[in-house]
Amino acid sequence: MSPLHPGREAVLAKGWWRAHKWLLLRRTSQFGILALFLAGPWFGWWIVKGNLASSLTLDVLPLTDPYVLLQSFLAGHAVAATAILGAAIVTVFYLLVGGRVYCSWVCPLNLVTDAAAWLRRRLNIKGSARMSRQTRYWVLGLTFLLALLTGTLAWEMVNPVSMFHRGLIFGLGFAWAIILGVFLFDLFVLRQGWCGHVCPVGAFYGLLTVPSLVRVSAAQREKCDDCMDCFAVCPEPQVIRPALKGAEQGIGPVIRSPQCTNCGRCIDVCALDVFRFATRFHSATKPHIRVAQNKEVSS
Amino acid sequence: MARASARKLSRRRFLVDTARTASGVALFGLGVGLYAKRSESLPATAIRPPGAGAEGDFLGACIRCGLCVRDCPYDTLKLALPEEPVATGTPFFEARKIPCEMCEDIPCVKACPTGALDKNLTDIDQARMGLAVLIDQENCLNFLGLRCDVCYRVCPLIDKAITLEPRHNVRSGMHALFIPVVHSEACTGCGKCEHACVLDQAAIKVLPDRLAKGELGRHYRVGWKEKQRAGGSLVTPDVEHRYNLPEGMEYDYEGQGLKRKGADTPFPDNPLDSLNRKSGGRP
Repeated sequence: MSPLHPGREAVLAKGWWRAHKWLLLRRTSQFGILALFLAGPWFGWWIVKGNLASSLTLDVLPLTDPYVLLQSFLAGHAVAATAILGAAIVTVFYLLVGGRVYCSWVCPLNLVTDAAAWLRRRLNIKGSARMSRQTRYWVLGLTFLLALLTGTLAWEMVNPVSMFHRGLIFGLGFAWAIILGVFLFDLFVLRQGWCGHVCPVGAFYGLLTVPSLVRVSAAQREKCDDCMDCFAVCPEPQVIRPALKGAEQGIGPVIRSPQCTNCGRCIDVCALDVFRFATRFHSATKPHIRVAQNKEVSS
Repeated sequence: MARASARKLSRRRFLVDTARTASGVALFGLGVGLYAKRSESLPATAIRPPGAGAEGDFLGACIRCGLCVRDCPYDTLKLALPEEPVATGTPFFEARKIPCEMCEDIPCVKACPTGALDKNLTDIDQARMGLAVLIDQENCLNFLGLRCDVCYRVCPLIDKAITLEPRHNVRSGMHALFIPVVHSEACTGCGKCEHACVLDQAAIKVLPDRLAKGELGRHYRVGWKEKQRAGGSLVTPDVEHRYNLPEGMEYDYEGQGLKRKGADTPFPDNPLDSLNRKSGGRP
């Protein structure tokens, strides 16, 4: 294991491109989506209008953030049909690919917090405040409560996620300071602080993850040599252990936690190709087979 | 015994941890909530797009997607930046910079996915974004007796939302003032008058209704309207007022004042006759 450079062994074993495959695809997705939104204001190519709160693609496809719409509903607004249709499309999509795919493949703030996490590893910053990873669900509840009590989208006044994306497209203003705040918070105060502890947007999309179809599976977990590289790069490392080390307790290889973002970085950095993307049903049959195989091996 | 105390300890720890998280989040929420409440007061110069409801309702309905901004052909609308005194990310415009051009197809309302801009608004003349008020009656050029008339000329609802009302010019004693008067039943609050005002600081400004308008107490009844509605006086009938007028004269209540009985006006049709009139003599 090389704590400052997790994934080095994977590069040696699989080559640089394969050891960064999902990372590159993810960055392509993140920048690609931003580019689609920016093509209009920058070049006049109006493929997508709006921002992640609600958008219109090619003047036909409405997409709406179900989280912000739910806040609006709780604030007492009778939401119009277009937004409900848009939110339904988005919800179905994330139910298929995993709710927190929003976090790792779409959200622009992920670029900032990933950068903070990378720098934290490179500078070998160890210290971190203590905060429960469940805090985000409290914050999520709080945002709904605020909408209910104030009758406004109170959270959207300060939400760094929507503020950053809107800012990139419509003008950032002073929002850069808030984004810098998130970066410094992640870098110096709390490891994986924003995305892994506080962000209610991620918490909400995590709830969509619970029944979602596409999941990461530690399909070949018996090959794991405990190099810990996956734990080092994972933005939610607590989700790995049950799937990777749970064979003996009869836990399936699929990472079932709603906190897993399906970023696929664990797949990249594993020199032994333990992980791969699978469907959630992968667990139904595989553990049985794996246990049987393990027995054969040990006998 | 040891296990029981360990369980007790872990329960204690669980309760403390939960309380810690809950109080931290609650404090955070208090901050956000107070900030959100403060942000509800829209500055008077910021005008919401057509079809937006009351400010409190609008802040619960608008999801800050900016689709209205994108479909505004005149770049009138913009989304509020975090440092601006308008709720972050919500659309507004400032009339003095770029006013609403009152597009007939109202693209901003059509673009709104949530209905924060009311789809029932199909006639832009029915929009009520605010109300123009001729605030500065000391510096307005028309009040000074000049014929600026620019606010009146640019008004998309000329002669309905703004009319020019002639008044006597007391200063010169012989000219008319043409006073621009805004009529709230027609003014949409588009802000073209404020934008066009030729003064360095506009004398006419679009204000939100709450600032621009007074409101009668709900118990208040105006006598003459009640009389009209009832078809007659609701109290003792008025005694007809009589003037003790000089012989052969009558009084025109409509504005001509005292005049000779039967005559339309004390002045001849040709104004030159009046001017050429010899002192003491009557035509």
